[in-house]
Amino acid sequence: MSSFFDSKVFNWLDERLDLAPVKELVNHKKVPVHHHTVWYYMGGVTLFLFLIQVFSGILLLMYYRPGENSAYESLQFITSKVYFGWLIRNVHAWSANLMVFFAFIHMFSVFFTRAYKKPRELTWVTGFLLLVLAMGFGFSGYLLPWNELAFFATKVGTDIAGVVPFIGEKIKIILRGGDDVTGATLSRFFGIHVAILPAITTIILGIHLLFVLRQGMSEPEVFEELPEKKKKYIHFFPDFVLRDALLWLNVLIVVLALAVFFPWDLGLKADPLASAPVGIRPEWYFMFMFQSLKFLPPHILFFEGETLGVLFFGAVGALWMLIPFVKFRKEAVSNAKILTYFGLGSLIFILGMTIFGYLV
Amino acid sequence: MKKTYQTHFNELRVTVVSIILLPFCLAAQDKGAKSSDSNTINTCVECHETLEMMPEGYSAGDIHQKSGISCSGCHGGDPTNYDKDESMSKKAGYIGLPKRQDIPAFCGRCHSHIDFMRTFRPRIATDQVDQYYQSVHGKKLAQGDKNVAECASCHSSHAIMPADDPRSTTHALNIPKTCKQCHSNGKLMDQYGIPHDQYDKYAASVHGKALLEKKDTGVATCNDCHGNHAATPPDAESVSNICGTCHLNNMNLFKSSQMAADFDIHSCQECHGNHDIQKPTDQMLNTASNEEAICLECHTAGDEGASTANTMYQDIQGVDSLYALAKTKLTASKTSGMNFSEIDYQIQQTRQNLIQMRTLIHSFDTSQVNAKSVEGIKIAREAIHLADLEIQEYHNRRWGFGVSVIALVILALAVYLKIRERNELVKNSR
Repeated sequence: MSSFFDSKVFNWLDERLDLAPVKELVNHKKVPVHHHTVWYYMGGVTLFLFLIQVFSGILLLMYYRPGENSAYESLQFITSKVYFGWLIRNVHAWSANLMVFFAFIHMFSVFFTRAYKKPRELTWVTGFLLLVLAMGFGFSGYLLPWNELAFFATKVGTDIAGVVPFIGEKIKIILRGGDDVTGATLSRFFGIHVAILPAITTIILGIHLLFVLRQGMSEPEVFEELPEKKKKYIHFFPDFVLRDALLWLNVLIVVLALAVFFPWDLGLKADPLASAPVGIRPEWYFMFMFQSLKFLPPHILFFEGETLGVLFFGAVGALWMLIPFVKFRKEAVSNAKILTYFGLGSLIFILGMTIFGYLV
Repeated sequence: MKKTYQTHFNELRVTVVSIILLPFCLAAQDKGAKSSDSNTINTCVECHETLEMMPEGYSAGDIHQKSGISCSGCHGGDPTNYDKDESMSKKAGYIGLPKRQDIPAFCGRCHSHIDFMRTFRPRIATDQVDQYYQSVHGKKLAQGDKNVAECASCHSSHAIMPADDPRSTTHALNIPKTCKQCHSNGKLMDQYGIPHDQYDKYAASVHGKALLEKKDTGVATCNDCHGNHAATPPDAESVSNICGTCHLNNMNLFKSSQMAADFDIHSCQECHGNHDIQKPTDQMLNTASNEEAICLECHTAGDEGASTANTMYQDIQGVDSLYALAKTKLTASKTSGMNFSEIDYQIQQTRQNLIQMRTLIHSFDTSQVNAKSVEGIKIAREAIHLADLEIQEYHNRRWGFGVSVIALVILALAVYLKIRERNELVKNSR
């Protein structure tokens, strides 16, 4: 890399843009090496999968036509007529799922290594917002093929949004573009999926990455307590980047294999007048909420069970986002313990409910 | 149609009986309505239940009961009076049990009067009694035959329900069993010199299996061919019209064929039978190698008629074999997870073509069948071609994936070696 920094091109750019901070970052940024180093790669994999999403999504946009009478047909055209259309569509669908999966792993690894604490509170908040946005991408993208399962899953999903007190009904109508899931909902979800969410994500992702670059990698408490001599580091460039690249290549092979060997079924075209098919279920990352709401009785005290459930998830989500600022106890050690139990409880709950949702 | 003496007699008979019974009928209707209005006392049921003398097969679901026409609606009498002698007196309009030969007129008191019947169902028919006396049953009854079916024989006496009610004896699913009560009775049928195996034959036929086993009420049952109240055996001239009510295209093609023009006696049942109609197969036309071919019952192998049948058979087989091959390839395409919607569409088109060919054979015109065959072969070949492309694509994808993985693995290996090299460098620099 030093040869590039001595090159005429770099000097030409440096004279005009003052690239000294970039040079500093590339030459001196280091990554700590310890037992938990593996978790540092999770954010990178999520970013890589997001880039695949952007790339494959743009290609799909060339042929996808939103509309009640064209969405499903255009998907059929993409998978049957367009060169490598089947591959792009399946890569888009699989990498979307893997992206959310790695985002969850990234979030929980940050949580359990307590990497969110000062000075990285805002990195955590932006990261959580990115996960919510990723789930929003999933929810809005699920309807776009306009197939039977997606149609009814969206109906159920937007119904759940409708139970939020006071504003729920309005949210539902805004999401659906009317009282029911129709072609208007499809147009709306398409707009949300390809314009609104990408715009917001680009801004928040930019901020998130800027924070990461600015603050460097978080060092676990055990590592921090080591004498300076015992602390091991590798250069961000090229050592960490090379390892990242190796992992990304492997993830790419996995995505391709899934796309080739387990293509996503297009299903039957949505028919708003047909009765709901058996086995409507949301995407796996919404399953824990969906299953929990199913368990709730119709009424809890004076409240409707479902309303209380939605409010509960909203409250826990807000608490989770503000974890870096939450103090259950004055002593840092016992506060950390409570948070760990809270995180473990949440993880077990999510895993349990998801597995249960698929078994019943 | 010129009316026979018997018809005139029947009409006169209905009129006379109706006039005699009309006052009772109106009184009964009035009483029935009253009983419904008051909805409190029905001494007929109360006493007959206590004495365990309720009529056999009595059902509270009977349509008359449900419409507010109770016992007295048909039998007369005063259902509000607990005194048996008074309530069942002539003064109270009591009729009692009608004689068997009077039953059609007995029911006709209401069912032949549209002014009364339309108060229940505005579009209801009121010509049942007239039609009945046109039937073989009605004619025999008029002659004094007490064995033949009258209204209650088919509809029951006290569990009469609308024909669309599955509990009804006249519901499509129950019709064969209703007719069977008499028509499978060997002793009874022998008196008239008619066979009594119709039910067994029907039950084993394509129609019978669909109705009795699959509960498909869309298929033909006894009354669809023989009529309801005017039930009569169809004669040869009307058979193709009867079958044509459902098999319209076959009938039209047959009627316009040379076969129908040249031979008066030919009709559907010549080839398909009547009660024991089986699912037709292409083998019925295979005069070249199937001795059981139906055409050989009249034609001899090699004659013009047999050759015509065989030509049509070969044309159908040509499409059918390609259709079977296309379906196999479709399954392979489906199980490989490939796109199959277009292949499926072409296969449906081929199937449609086969159905049309099997209909067109009723024209006995080989050129029409052949034209359809050429069309069908083209569509089936297109389906096979598309399926082959999908199967080829399936293999191409795996090969493409294999090549991509090799390239990616080489790249990953290069990165790995670079990491190792960097690790060595770091070690040495310490």
